[in-house]
Amino acid sequence: MSEKDSNFNQNEIKPVHTNKVGGSPFKGVVGWIDNRLPIIRMFKYEYLDFQVPKNLSYLWSLGGILMICLIFLIVTGLALGMHYKPSSSEAFTSVEKIMRDVNYGWLLRYAHMNFASFFFIAVYIHIFRGLYYGSYKEPRQLMWLIGIVIFFMMMATAFLGYTLPWGQMSYWGATVITNLFSAVPLVGEGIVTWLWGDYAVGDSTLNRFYVLHWLLAFGILGIVIFHVIALHIVGSNNPSGIEPVDTRDTVSFAPFTTSKDLFAMLIFLLAFVLITMYAPNYLGHPDNYIPADPLITPAHIVPEWYFLPFYAILRSIPDKLLGVIAMVSSIAVLGLLPWLDLSKVRSSVFRPVWKQFVFLFVLDFFVLMYVGGMPAEGIYVLISRVGTVYWFLFFLVIAPLVSLTEKPLPMPKSIHEYEDWKKQGKIKTFKIF
Amino acid sequence: MSSLLKFSLFFFLLIFNVSNSFSAEKQEKLLKQSWSFDGFFGKFDRASLQRGYQVYTEVCASCHSMNLLSYRNLSEVGGPSFSEEEVKAIASKVEVLDGPNDSGEMFKRPGKPSDKFASPFANEKAARAANGGAYPPDMSVLVKARAGGPDYIYSILMGYTDKPPKDVKLEDGVYYNKYMPGNKIKMSKPLNQDSVKYSDGTPATEEQLSKDVVTFLTWASEPHLEARKRIGFKTVVYLLILTVLVYLVKKKIWLRVEPKV
Repeated sequence: MSEKDSNFNQNEIKPVHTNKVGGSPFKGVVGWIDNRLPIIRMFKYEYLDFQVPKNLSYLWSLGGILMICLIFLIVTGLALGMHYKPSSSEAFTSVEKIMRDVNYGWLLRYAHMNFASFFFIAVYIHIFRGLYYGSYKEPRQLMWLIGIVIFFMMMATAFLGYTLPWGQMSYWGATVITNLFSAVPLVGEGIVTWLWGDYAVGDSTLNRFYVLHWLLAFGILGIVIFHVIALHIVGSNNPSGIEPVDTRDTVSFAPFTTSKDLFAMLIFLLAFVLITMYAPNYLGHPDNYIPADPLITPAHIVPEWYFLPFYAILRSIPDKLLGVIAMVSSIAVLGLLPWLDLSKVRSSVFRPVWKQFVFLFVLDFFVLMYVGGMPAEGIYVLISRVGTVYWFLFFLVIAPLVSLTEKPLPMPKSIHEYEDWKKQGKIKTFKIF
Repeated sequence: MSSLLKFSLFFFLLIFNVSNSFSAEKQEKLLKQSWSFDGFFGKFDRASLQRGYQVYTEVCASCHSMNLLSYRNLSEVGGPSFSEEEVKAIASKVEVLDGPNDSGEMFKRPGKPSDKFASPFANEKAARAANGGAYPPDMSVLVKARAGGPDYIYSILMGYTDKPPKDVKLEDGVYYNKYMPGNKIKMSKPLNQDSVKYSDGTPATEEQLSKDVVTFLTWASEPHLEARKRIGFKTVVYLLILTVLVYLVKKKIWLRVEPKV
């Protein structure tokens, strides 16, 4: 900042470097290109030589898996977009035309549909990983925040995508969710009309939702790149939560991480193929095969399974505006976690009390998911309220309180010592594979 | 696992059980059938598909449309496998309104394989008028549009009882069905013994008729089911082999980091 003025001072004579050609570790044609466009060396430094903690579990493979999901979704979406018609009279039949007459259209559509679900499965595990191992703490707060932005965008994209087939759940889901904006004081009704482009969910709504679905998909890709760049600056966290010190603690990205991630990806793909090819509609709702009808309301309007916990939070509050605020803040509150959890220890492995509350939070997530799919009556209302209270309690009260009062377990000094302790049975770890 | 966790797990299972018994109180359990198209290697029974098509045209089609299907679909791979000549003959029996011709008039012509299945009614209003206000749903994706799929449709067809329970009052044109949500349906019992005379000599019992037509409807809503399962199986085998190989490669690579034994 001290040079700020001198940068603009053209009277002072200083050498300049407008020509930065050179510095490539490669020779020949590759070197010639890399000297002028340093993406090849960037790939080498960031994806081959990049040092990664050697004790990463398979929970760290989800990042790569999510990237694959996103790319597959964009590719299948591109192909589907060439046949789909975003108009209220043609959308349903154009999707069916894809399913029946387009070569392998059924495969594209089922893959796109189920990849969306698997994207959420992966992202939920990914977020759990961050929560359990304290990946949101210094210096990774910004990554965590970018991640929450991505999650919001994913939810918006998934919601917009779900309206496109223009079935009963598409239509009524769109109606219910867009109507939430009417809860905004004063301008609510105006916002809803503006979103719809009409006085009801209809042709113009579908048309703009289609455009926004595309826009947000590429928006996610862009923000994901920020997420990854930030990752390569702060480095990966690891199950011990201890920063690597020397080469005894790390491995290079290739071939170690790549071979491990590839294996995890294949397991993930196997699960995906089994669902897509043998139960493609299992994760969807049968009502979405009934063409949208503004005159007939389905008996139970339920969102896709991955929205159910937040839908439960929305419905647990009798007031519409407060419900919407609760739903949005239930995700936004994740962004406060780096500043609410004051413990210097990252990994829950060394935090016996916090660990229990994290597991309870996971359970709360599933309970809310379950009641979100049930009619909002009787015992379900009570359960969803208890679940909602715990959700916010977990972040706003339990996190700071536990982090101030809890006595962490004795910790090793480095990752390789952590590994030794693990072998000696001094540390109880959480293993899923 | 700590006691806190055990307690919460117990609580979760409790909710699950309680809610299951809540939801199970009214809905009758569907009649589960073993379908030829179930499972990893499921394929449609061709003869059943052809018989099912016959049931559809002779019974269902008088009220239910199937707008998404064309006659040509009947000869396509993975379907009822009628020959192209048969399909031409089937299509030509239908009168299709076409036009306008060069003099600007609409005209009627015999159907072609590329025509969509003929609809029983000109529009929804006409369908409702003829069915006491109820709209017989289009059958193209009906199996996928109902929870329970083929078993549900089969159960509806088999779920009519001669005498409804005494406490149920039925208005005119409403019938009692064990499996219909709410038990009231506006469709009269569509299939009876020998409603259709099968040309291949299969006895046309109620069960047989229902099974055949449900098989046909399942194909109609999922015409590429066979290809999906076939490709799915190949993909799974390929991925399994690749996964094992990649696992071995990974193991070998990681020996450099953690030399065990």
